[in-house]
Amino acid sequence: MAKFIGAVDINMERCKGCDLCVVACPCSVLSLQPKEVNNRGYHYAFAANAEACIGCAACATVCPDGCITVYRVTKQSE
Amino acid sequence: MNIDDIKRAENVVCTKPRLLNDNNMHYCPGCSHGVVHKLVAEVIEEMGAEHIAIGIAPVGCAVFAYNYIDIDWIEAAHGRAPAVATAAKRLNPDRLVFTYQGDGDLAAIGTAETIHAANRGENIAIIFINNAIYGMTGGQMAPTTLEGMKTSTTPYGRRVDLNGHPLRITELLAQLPGTCYVTRQSVHTPATVRKAKAAIRKAFENSMKGLGTSVVEIVSTCNSGWKMTPDKANKWMVDNMFPFYPPGDLKNTAAEK
Repeated sequence: MAKFIGAVDINMERCKGCDLCVVACPCSVLSLQPKEVNNRGYHYAFAANAEACIGCAACATVCPDGCITVYRVTKQSE
Repeated sequence: MNIDDIKRAENVVCTKPRLLNDNNMHYCPGCSHGVVHKLVAEVIEEMGAEHIAIGIAPVGCAVFAYNYIDIDWIEAAHGRAPAVATAAKRLNPDRLVFTYQGDGDLAAIGTAETIHAANRGENIAIIFINNAIYGMTGGQMAPTTLEGMKTSTTPYGRRVDLNGHPLRITELLAQLPGTCYVTRQSVHTPATVRKAKAAIRKAFENSMKGLGTSVVEIVSTCNSGWKMTPDKANKWMVDNMFPFYPPGDLKNTAAEK
């Protein structure tokens, strides 16, 4: 099991829907909106499978527009 | 754990650098320029150099670089960024002076300025975005265009007998005694992005230490010019660009000085 849990915040108005974060994500968290578009007409990225995120920041590292903020916490042992 | 408990300021591991402002970048979706802008902003922020950094913007796709990173910029005439940087650095030796140029700007129109600035060993950092095409003007052939590569001015592919060989200008600059650090990087995966960031940081530090010219080539994609999706362009770059432009350090004499 992953030791970290993460979350992503995506600035949907800044996103251009280039798909690079979707390809870079190792846990298949992200996806492009199939129908909705932002004000500039792009199918922006969103966390379709948010609970799988481990906060590795691969998406934010490759994002050309710096739209993604990644949060990470260490999982508490239960 | 609730997702709102995770999304707190103390848990942020990666976000948009502070120096990269909120203007929407005009670059096409998936363009490597955005990643390199982000890296430049991050490195300057980490070095605490935002008040002493002077960027020289080129002509080309990155002509509006001054709109996106909140530092001092000078816009140079086409290809003349190393000449402008020479003046800026000689007059302000305590400033961090770097140029940000594409392959049309650095390897075609500005070849003389680039080679002579590097040969004089000016204490500047040159960031060179090589996407093997003239992106801004509509995808024409550049000196760095690969053999057989289709562009709008070589619709049947670049022919060596007609158009000459692709120019490996970074190798050329590595031979000059004035350069102290010459490297070739790319920004297509998270690991390569981190390596490229370390290279840019090293180049900026060399510039501040006065060790000579540092050149960081970033092998990039132009998915609009290549007429591919951003992801496919990255794969095409790995398959076709890397055999001719292999990533890695070409020269690093900065460590010896």
